[in-house]
Amino acid sequence: MDVKQISVFLENKPGTLNEMTKVLTEHEIDLRALSLAETTDFGIARFITADVLETISILKDAGYVSSLTPVVVAEIPDEAGALNRVLQIFMEYNINLEYMYAILGSKSGHAYMIFRVQDDKKAAAALVANGIRVLSQEDMAEI
Amino acid sequence: MERYYQPEIECAPREKIKAIQDERLVAQVRHVWDNVPYYRKKMEEAGITPDDIKSSDDLHKLPFLSKADLREAYPYGLLGVPLKDCVRIQSTSGTTGKRVVAFYTHHDIDLWEECCARAIMAAGGTDEDVCQVSYGYGLFTGGPGLNGGSHKVGCLTIPTSSGNTERQIMFIKDLNATILCCTPSYAAYLGETMKEMGMSPEDIPLKAGIFGAEAWSEEMRQDIQDTLGIKAYDIYGLTELSGPGVSFECSAQAGMHINEDHFIAEIIDPDTGEVLPEGSMGELVFTAIDKEAFPMIRYRTRDICSLTREKCSCGRTHVKMTKPKGRTDDMLIIRGVNVFPSQIETVLLNKGYPANYQIVVDRVNNTDTLDVQVEMTQEMFTDNVGEISARQRELVEGLKNMLGIKANVSLVAPKSITRSEGKAVRVIDKRKI
Repeated sequence: MDVKQISVFLENKPGTLNEMTKVLTEHEIDLRALSLAETTDFGIARFITADVLETISILKDAGYVSSLTPVVVAEIPDEAGALNRVLQIFMEYNINLEYMYAILGSKSGHAYMIFRVQDDKKAAAALVANGIRVLSQEDMAEI
Repeated sequence: MERYYQPEIECAPREKIKAIQDERLVAQVRHVWDNVPYYRKKMEEAGITPDDIKSSDDLHKLPFLSKADLREAYPYGLLGVPLKDCVRIQSTSGTTGKRVVAFYTHHDIDLWEECCARAIMAAGGTDEDVCQVSYGYGLFTGGPGLNGGSHKVGCLTIPTSSGNTERQIMFIKDLNATILCCTPSYAAYLGETMKEMGMSPEDIPLKAGIFGAEAWSEEMRQDIQDTLGIKAYDIYGLTELSGPGVSFECSAQAGMHINEDHFIAEIIDPDTGEVLPEGSMGELVFTAIDKEAFPMIRYRTRDICSLTREKCSCGRTHVKMTKPKGRTDDMLIIRGVNVFPSQIETVLLNKGYPANYQIVVDRVNNTDTLDVQVEMTQEMFTDNVGEISARQRELVEGLKNMLGIKANVSLVAPKSITRSEGKAVRVIDKRKI
């Protein structure tokens, strides 16, 4: 039930993200989602790919430091109020959200949101209990 | 068991060392008076003649030589013998001004290599050892000095010189090198590369390292000892005086024994030139008492340290100098405060950061800025921005406590700071003063 997000350290200066995506492009790694967190002098690129281990090893060879973080990926209807419903569930179950972002496009017409929470298992269970589909790592290649 | 190259001198009673120094100094001053007009003139200006120097107690009467004198007398002005008697020159990198070109007779080379041999044996070396010399060979004294010392001890010497790091590691492993000689920053880099190659300290036969030619902290020693699985010994020297081996560490790893039968050390107040009592921190001054070609008298090293004659557990009786806090050349004056790169290194290593760092000093709106760049490592990295920022703030705080001024800390990409194969470039000073 969990999806591993890859987080990569980047210096906060022009071109660093481009250099990293170039490495991934060269190895035909498809980014399913991407989000950036930044401070004044460094940033963290967070993203989802289908093959986590391959991506990590490519990044390591290219000299990047990275880490894996469990995240919850939920399938929600692409319509008004859908996100609000998920957040409502989190509130009811007292689940604290650290950050969230969306998967870029999809073949199915659904929207997919990525949530980073303190307790990902509890969050996933809460969503499933409320009829929301939670995706696994294998699903990342499909959507 | 402690090993000595020349126990009769290294462990001689103090009176014997004093007697050697007295005799050699008197003769050296006479030699310089007769053969080095540049220094004779200095003596005449100070109103003294060789007759005034009756023993080492009179040393303080003699005028100093400084780097400025070397520049002025370049290249032959301080030569003590005819050029035809010289067999070698060595030279400094010239990073802090004009190159120093030093001359050696056979005798000078011999005593220099003897000093290095003492250092190697103090690190546990014998003729059973394989000694890899990864200092640069050439004009730089590191390679030739340790190479000669290693021969004198009878070690099987591998003269790899610096560079080609993976080959260095291959030689250590395949040819069973037990002693490594190089700069501490290169030793750290070798350790880092070894780790990347998937090797652990158990995979290599090294047992000791002799590292010098740049200032390094106690924390860096610990780091190198752990990553290479060795005991790391400091060695000190200057091209002006011969090269590495002027002083060296013994098994006690607490201060470096100065080869007092060749060099007399003094600590002076750098401002007044006054000789300070034993134990005081001040500028280190050396007199080479039996060098022929380049006989430095009271040469100001600009290194800041102190001396101690306390009994050493290794049995050597020669005076010990503390690890220089840094060369006065390396000292940065930032917003009026004296900052040594070694202080910054201490804080970084204490807080678990790697020894790869760079210090960038600049002047923005007439105010000095100090930026310490540290590489992000796999161990330090987390997805949590707050945690990384908190570590960064903790480092800023640690630096402020150590230096007394605020330094900015930048986290930079792994491997983005250039690794050094010789002396590391730690400081980039962009101020145009």
